[in-house]
Amino acid sequence: MSTATPEAVEARIVEALASFGPDVESVTREATFEELDIDSLDLVELAQIVEDDYGVELKGDDMKNMKTVGDAIDLVVARA
Amino acid sequence: MSRRRVVITGVGAVTPLGVGAGVLLERWVAGECGIVDGEGACRDFVAREHLSVKEIRRADRFAQMAMIASDEALADAGWQGELPYDAERVACVLATGIGGLGSLETQHDALRDGGEKAVSPLSVPLFMPNAGAGALSMRHGLRGHTYSVASACAAGSHAIGAATRMIQYGDADAVVTGGGEATLTPLSRASFAAMGALSPSGISRPFDARRDGFVMGEGAGILVLEDAEKAAARGATVLGEVRGFGSTSDAFHLTAPEPEGTHAAGAIRAALADAGVRAEQVDYINAHGTSTPLNDASETAAIKRALGDEALRIPISSLKSATGHLLGAAGAVEAIATLLAFRERVLPPTIGLDEPDPELDLDYIPLVSRPLEPLDGKPIALSNSFGFGGHNVVLCLEGVPA
Repeated sequence: MSTATPEAVEARIVEALASFGPDVESVTREATFEELDIDSLDLVELAQIVEDDYGVELKGDDMKNMKTVGDAIDLVVARA
Repeated sequence: MSRRRVVITGVGAVTPLGVGAGVLLERWVAGECGIVDGEGACRDFVAREHLSVKEIRRADRFAQMAMIASDEALADAGWQGELPYDAERVACVLATGIGGLGSLETQHDALRDGGEKAVSPLSVPLFMPNAGAGALSMRHGLRGHTYSVASACAAGSHAIGAATRMIQYGDADAVVTGGGEATLTPLSRASFAAMGALSPSGISRPFDARRDGFVMGEGAGILVLEDAEKAAARGATVLGEVRGFGSTSDAFHLTAPEPEGTHAAGAIRAALADAGVRAEQVDYINAHGTSTPLNDASETAAIKRALGDEALRIPISSLKSATGHLLGAAGAVEAIATLLAFRERVLPPTIGLDEPDPELDLDYIPLVSRPLEPLDGKPIALSNSFGFGGHNVVLCLEGVPA
């Protein structure tokens, strides 16, 4: 399991989201999932990745409340 | 009231002979073969040249190839990014023999190696058999009937038949139809080999004395079918017409065809009756011609049984000699190749047929193409497709006048 420094989490989440399709430059903290065309199926896959890497479990309610890339990063950092 | 006529206004293909319907016909007519190392892989198809990362991640290879073939078919129909009819009147019927088998195998590996949590949330939408139909519907905004047809190696022709009926019955004004298949996977190879269906020599030579099984291929073929009157009203260029559709079942054996071709012959007769066409009017038969010992013999028997003495006159060839067997996509790709050959007034050959089987005595157009001189103004073909499970499907297709 990786060390959950804010920088490491951000880098990992940006990398993961970019692998789902959007250009890596567009994956900023402020970008919304809607703008990035990241849907619920992508977020389930993101949850699998952060659970594998940081042992943080994201549930359905967590996903519903996450609107931006920054929301996801902050949630994982807070729980890791 | 006479029923609505159904015309083909666009075609697209991804096959072992290349990406595009044009290259499919050109290379087949030239006697070239797309089989390499015993398989008909679509080596020229590179998904990332056509699709975004997101599209690739969300579609199995069979659906990806159908998407690219559909882009070509819709452009060929002159739909130019916009449907010519109310979207709920445009349907999609897509055939597949198996669906997203490669994705299923990948996810099963993930489950075995990493447990339940390693399985992708995209798994089901990747491997469900209707994934291709759903992908085409979303890609082009097709909002009429959308579903998948699964009848093994007969599915491509079943899809075209179902699409034709949909237009004839008035359930749709146009249908994007055809088939996609991508089963060059470890499980598929092992499964077909275990049945003894695959060619040990890796050579597809239908109707040849040395034929020893089919060669597996992959690919997709898409046709745009439209109500003839509506297509004419919008000034569409027509490639041909679906005149007839006949289908029967052997109810005989899980995989082997009924050797006398009794019910395959019934499907041929049904297609002719549906078309209002007599055997004397048929210019060409696109055979199912798989290169298995059983199929090519029972198909020959069926053609004779259905067409009588005319069977000896009508030229027959098998595209599978150039591509291998595209399973659920085969019937669609073969219909496309037949219509394009008719437009070019050529009859493409059965490649590799240089040692005739004395038991098989029809004209299989061995080795070399020949010019087509239609009996009447518009050439007429029968296209046969038969599938494991005992499915027999025959389409009667009419080409355009010179």
